[in-house]
Amino acid sequence: MIRVMAFAALLLAALPLSPAHAVNPDEMLADPALEHRARVISRDLRCLVCQNQSIDDSDAGLAKDLRVLVRERLKVGDSNEQVIDYVVARYGDFVLLKPPVKGSTIVLWAGPAVVALFGILALILFYRRRRAASPVAAKPLSPEERARLNKLLEGDAP
Amino acid sequence: MKSRLPYLLPLGLFLVLALYFAVGLTKDPKIIPSALIDKPAPEFTVPPVAGGTSPGFSTADLKKGQVSVVNVFASWCVPCRAEHPEINKLAKMGIVPVYGLNYKDTPQAARAWLNQLGDNYTATGADESGRVGIDWGVYGVPETFIVDGSGRIRFKHVGPIVGDKLEKEILPLIRSIQGTGK
Repeated sequence: MIRVMAFAALLLAALPLSPAHAVNPDEMLADPALEHRARVISRDLRCLVCQNQSIDDSDAGLAKDLRVLVRERLKVGDSNEQVIDYVVARYGDFVLLKPPVKGSTIVLWAGPAVVALFGILALILFYRRRRAASPVAAKPLSPEERARLNKLLEGDAP
Repeated sequence: MKSRLPYLLPLGLFLVLALYFAVGLTKDPKIIPSALIDKPAPEFTVPPVAGGTSPGFSTADLKKGQVSVVNVFASWCVPCRAEHPEINKLAKMGIVPVYGLNYKDTPQAARAWLNQLGDNYTATGADESGRVGIDWGVYGVPETFIVDGSGRIRFKHVGPIVGDKLEKEILPLIRSIQGTGK
């Protein structure tokens, strides 16, 4: 029990730790609204060097270059979509941490739902079949069985 | 006899998924397909490496009607060092112009590197900010592009060209693009 509580305490202690961000103060834009948009965009863009981090989280050189690029595009007046399209045009869909829904990614998006559906269907079939197979009511005991049961129960009593 | 199909279905589903993932696992996750294949090379101009002997180059150089190779390298990149003899070999064959794109390097380091390892590039441009590299979709040097005569990117090789990759992969591709390309 103490061990479980200690573990829980450890988990709780780790909760407030948010991931460190790699954005340097000198990269930030003076305009807080633009800077906020830059952060939102860079959280969705994959660092291609480290692959499983966003460019917002990564210390890689290319990630920094892309962060600066995102801010430059925003400063000249691009919309968020235009900035993202600009990067996707150069690095492809892989640069998006959340893959777009299209023909080649449909298995990715629909796969889990299809598998879950199959599972639910299998469960329903299984229980239906089991109910159909089990007899509705048990056969009543024969007089001999009842006598034997009574004897057993009495013998068991203190 | 009752049908066994419902009981075999999960096994079948598992096998399909296992096969799907097994195929995925054979692929190298470090190699990201280029978004620029069969697209025109980006518009760019790179100045020569400062203090170097070789000129810079630009998009116009890649549209001269002959297949060309663009090799992205940096002095700080260890695999580039390993691949450089192969790049020299390709350049010396004289079948295609080989352009060097010196990515995020200092002129001194780039010059020292070229002097030490041999410079057979047709031209060597310096992309000190890495911005031209981004336009080319470069994410891990060395990268090598094959561009056809009309300036369209036809192939990209990520990582060093070592071992028999030049003979087995790059040269046949160059020849086939030379045969079919404009």
